[in-house]
Amino acid sequence: MSNSGRPLSPHLSVYRWPITMTLSILHRITGVGMSFGLIVFAICLIQAAAGPEQYQYFRVALSHPIGIGLLIAWTFAFFLHLGNGIRHLVWDLGYGFEKSQANASAYFVLFMAAVLTAVFWIVKL
Amino acid sequence: MSLRTPLGRVLGHGSAKEGTAHFVSQRISALALVLLGGWFIVSMYLLESTAYLEVVRYIGRPLNSVLLSLLAVTVSYHSYLGVQVVVEDYVHAPGLKLLALIGSRFAHTLIAVASIYAVIRIGLIT
Repeated sequence: MSNSGRPLSPHLSVYRWPITMTLSILHRITGVGMSFGLIVFAICLIQAAAGPEQYQYFRVALSHPIGIGLLIAWTFAFFLHLGNGIRHLVWDLGYGFEKSQANASAYFVLFMAAVLTAVFWIVKL
Repeated sequence: MSLRTPLGRVLGHGSAKEGTAHFVSQRISALALVLLGGWFIVSMYLLESTAYLEVVRYIGRPLNSVLLSLLAVTVSYHSYLGVQVVVEDYVHAPGLKLLALIGSRFAHTLIAVASIYAVIRIGLIT
């Protein structure tokens, strides 16, 4: 863009970052992240169908700290995308559009995703 | 060559009535996934071990086989719809965009078919 020195319309940088924006972006990132996780889901099933030896290779690979880290990230992504997805469905029905409600539900979804991920993994680890 | 304007050619035909198809499909698959995903995560939580026998026995139970297959298809479809939107939003080069969309469709179909095949096969050997 040529800098003519003329005033530009306000852009992202002039706003205080709202929590609703964070959730919107996280919804996308977690969605795409889980799309990649879907590959691991399918490989898991295929390896289990291939037999005990092949499944064991997969199991050992996923037990590596990187694998566990990915699984925890996918669990968080799952709960966040699920919670925020329900938030979107409620919006689709026409409820919860007030700024205070949208902010509250954003914090609630984020909080619940963290809690549920912790509950899931405290038992597993 | 027709001298009618593009506007004149489409007037009176109405819309294709499919403008909301993508939106609606995404929401309905989302609704299904609230149920299937909820079942899946509870199952994973309750699964006592990830050892081969335990996992294969779990997948091989008829109800689990059906729900896992449904999950695989629905989540692949929902994921395709989502990735499609992301590609359309961020990939602007026409060739690359087409390649990404076709590649995504192939990959998602592969994942759905492979998952169902695996579930059926596990059901048959257990």
